[in-house]
Amino acid sequence: MSNTSPDTRTTTLADALALGLTEGEFNKINEVLGRAPNYTELGVYSVMWSEHCSYKNSIAQLKTLPRSGGRLLVEAGSENAGLVDVGSGYAIAFKIESHNHPSAVEPYQGAATGVGGILRDIFTMGARPIAALDSLRFGRLDGKRTRFLFEGVVRGIGDYGNSFGVPTVGGEVFFENCYADNPLVNAMAVGIVRADATVSATSGPAGNAVMILGSRTGRDGIHGASLLASREFDEQTENMRPTVQVGDPFGEKLLLEASLELIASGVVIGMQDMGAAGISCSTSEMSAKGGSGMRVDLDRVPLREADMSAYEIMLSESQERMLLVVAEENIPVAQAICEKWDLPLTRIGDTTADGMLEIYRHGERVAHLPAESLVLGGGAPVYEREWRKASYIPEVRAANPRAMIGDVSPADAFTMLLAAPNIASKRWVYEQYDSMVRTNTVQSFKADSAVMRLKEIPGRGIAVATDCNSRYVYLNPYVGGMSAVAEAARNVVCSGALPVAITNCLNFGNPYNPEVYWQFREAIRGIGDACRALDTPVTGGNVSFHNESQQNAVFPTPVIGMLGIIDDIAHLTPSGFQQEGDVVALLGFEGFELGGSELLSLVSGQVAGDAPALNIVREASLQKCLLEAIRSGLIRSAHDCSEGGIAIALAECAINSREGALGAEVYYERQDEISALFGESQSRVVISFDPAGEPALAAVAGKHGVPLVALGIVKPDVLRINNAVDASVASLAERYSTAIERIMEPEMSAE
Amino acid sequence: MKIGVVVFPGSNCDHDAYYALKHELGVEAVFLFHKEHDLKGVDAIVLPGGFSYGDYLRCGAIARFSPIMTEVIKFAQSGGPVIGICNGFQILCEAGLLPGALLRNRDLRFISKHVGIRVVNNRTIFTGDLESGAVLHIPIAHGEGNYHADPDVLAELNAEGRVVFQYCDDHGNVTDEANPNGSQFNIAGIVNAKGNVLGMMPHPERACSTLLGSHDGLGIFRSLAHSLEIVAA
Repeated sequence: MSNTSPDTRTTTLADALALGLTEGEFNKINEVLGRAPNYTELGVYSVMWSEHCSYKNSIAQLKTLPRSGGRLLVEAGSENAGLVDVGSGYAIAFKIESHNHPSAVEPYQGAATGVGGILRDIFTMGARPIAALDSLRFGRLDGKRTRFLFEGVVRGIGDYGNSFGVPTVGGEVFFENCYADNPLVNAMAVGIVRADATVSATSGPAGNAVMILGSRTGRDGIHGASLLASREFDEQTENMRPTVQVGDPFGEKLLLEASLELIASGVVIGMQDMGAAGISCSTSEMSAKGGSGMRVDLDRVPLREADMSAYEIMLSESQERMLLVVAEENIPVAQAICEKWDLPLTRIGDTTADGMLEIYRHGERVAHLPAESLVLGGGAPVYEREWRKASYIPEVRAANPRAMIGDVSPADAFTMLLAAPNIASKRWVYEQYDSMVRTNTVQSFKADSAVMRLKEIPGRGIAVATDCNSRYVYLNPYVGGMSAVAEAARNVVCSGALPVAITNCLNFGNPYNPEVYWQFREAIRGIGDACRALDTPVTGGNVSFHNESQQNAVFPTPVIGMLGIIDDIAHLTPSGFQQEGDVVALLGFEGFELGGSELLSLVSGQVAGDAPALNIVREASLQKCLLEAIRSGLIRSAHDCSEGGIAIALAECAINSREGALGAEVYYERQDEISALFGESQSRVVISFDPAGEPALAAVAGKHGVPLVALGIVKPDVLRINNAVDASVASLAERYSTAIERIMEPEMSAE
Repeated sequence: MKIGVVVFPGSNCDHDAYYALKHELGVEAVFLFHKEHDLKGVDAIVLPGGFSYGDYLRCGAIARFSPIMTEVIKFAQSGGPVIGICNGFQILCEAGLLPGALLRNRDLRFISKHVGIRVVNNRTIFTGDLESGAVLHIPIAHGEGNYHADPDVLAELNAEGRVVFQYCDDHGNVTDEANPNGSQFNIAGIVNAKGNVLGMMPHPERACSTLLGSHDGLGIFRSLAHSLEIVAA
């Protein structure tokens, strides 16, 4: 092999370290190849063995999760997204993925391409995206930089999804100091596909054409996966803005239509989108899955700049591209479809039988690598990291949250909470998202979960939600991990759906820090236990480590994306009150815990205490009970109790009531009013129901062993809670709905 | 009766309009691809919402040069009914079939929400089944829906009853507060002088099912269908 061109010069350990590989990894590459890798080859290893692509520090833990069974049609991690049987021959494909680091550096493009990437994961399987959700976390809104990031991320998500034509229907927005330098942007997409018409990310057998579809390959995003996503933020990070990709939602829309038409025509043997690690990742993963190899001539790849090196082409993360394998004789059919959508489809090579990736540039072989050696599940490294119980735990747990809250009055606490950015309406965000395109959105941001009708299966619907209270995970990673799953499930049950499967996006700090790794292990253990108890296996997802700035790591944030199925859309249940005279009640298990609560944070600025306890067996009983009551027609509305406790749940039931015109008169007097009204104990739902159904409802609750505690009666226009709250619903709605606008656009709200 | 839905590259409400016409209204619907010149014998045409050609230039500015638009313009000029919704309205303005232009929203943000629109003129082929003064609840979703025209054009639109819909509150009051995007005179939809071309920013195809929160949009499509039946009869 020639050592003269920069692409093929022999590398040293110093090169490997500069690309983010370790000495051990460099030695392993030498061993696999029986020689030192050249520069292009080393580049390919550096991205494929990066944390982002290889899951090297997480996969051992992920394998402890329940990853099959139930309605799952593919095992977790085996395809680009999870696939769940939704009946009548259809499947739902869904997945969540992070784009944290790019969004911290360039919020608009970072968030936009995060949406683009997750959409491609869905339609590369043959599914048409029908919904998107975004789980976002930022620092506190009083910081100017935070407002810049928040504004840019929301606009990036909106502009991409709106143009592409997928409704953005749900998600979360949470503000906490720990995310100030390292915001979290997790994008989830949901698609529908005929279960027998999916496409796999495989090369298939030898002798077929390898083709690239979509945008030209440019110099954007090189080393996005390895150098940007796989390490912490430091003073160098600002210089990494060029590693952020640039999105083209119009290109993506054409790619969607062309891809689905190609798949429908039957000519596609295998297809994979190009996201992280671009051509390196798609060629190696498809080859490894198909058990074959690929010979690729990079001279044929359509480029934005002609003088790109092999290294740059292999590592480019230019967006809106697909790699597909097509039989020779079907190329004309494929070409005609792509011409219809004005997208270039270019043959860049062939599948081969020897399992090797053989890459050429300017007639020279620039890489010759065993595909299997590059990929997760093949030769990529797997590490079990050292862990140690976090040292902050004894101190935070020793705190007495009730004492820290002090003597704030319930009335003041309520007023403060209602306009707190973590609780207040996210209207400023969601009105920038087209939540209705594709005309399937039955309910979105004003409910516990987003509900989509399925036109393909009349009468059936799905409910989707994302959840994670990272304060709980910080205080107690095991319980917090469980609670994220439990609350996501509770949210879809409140809407009348049966929770069936999750996808997760695990955002943590540096895994080489034993305390961070302990948080990770514990959270995974909690997620696994909750998923087993609630019968919601994990379909896949994404791990994002290294979410740290120079100051601190983010709170451990395992975001759960939950999929629920509504067998009969008539069971759809809103979160707000529906009928004057209905009984308001608490269904679930009373508790008065203030650890990690929003009230504690507002009053003291601290996140302290223990996470609210979660008895997952009781939680499962509550969910079964509520779903049975809903399906029996006994429930008019159901709303999960979460941040801000019962008082805020009641306020939201009023604000989101029919026509916004119903409140309630509620008495919930316990020993300590603050912890009763604002405690955040788990496994509780505020329901309203027709008094005539009370005996039947009590029977269902009794059967499941779930307490039913009467709180009051639905009344017109006014919400009264004990002696703490007595206000018109309209005035509550005004305060709740405009809180974030008042911060983001002070000049407009001053009018 | 057959209604065509034009598919531009970047149209993303084409399937929605097709579904509303075929399954909610119950008429025959066909797609008309932008590269074609064949209108397939349709009785009316819908230019759907979306981001034609990405709207990277002025909204609708490129779509208006599509091959199919030559035929749409001829069809409209010979009296054929055409509805442009959202991006379709922008394209109709760019094509000169409707006067005025859609500027960026007053607060420079994309806005997606349900709004009220008042039926100002129910003597058009698109509003015949509706009550004059009725309030329809129909979603908007756009970044550039701020209707703007010269004063003489506006005077003409008002004088000739060509302002068909205005943004209003729940009680039908046309107020500045109810104006989501800064449109002059709260204009949400207008027709051409002959009355056969309607452009509107709200999405009637998204309001054709009570399950989705409103079926007020169906009245617009039904009005069109009824007027086509009368012509046919």
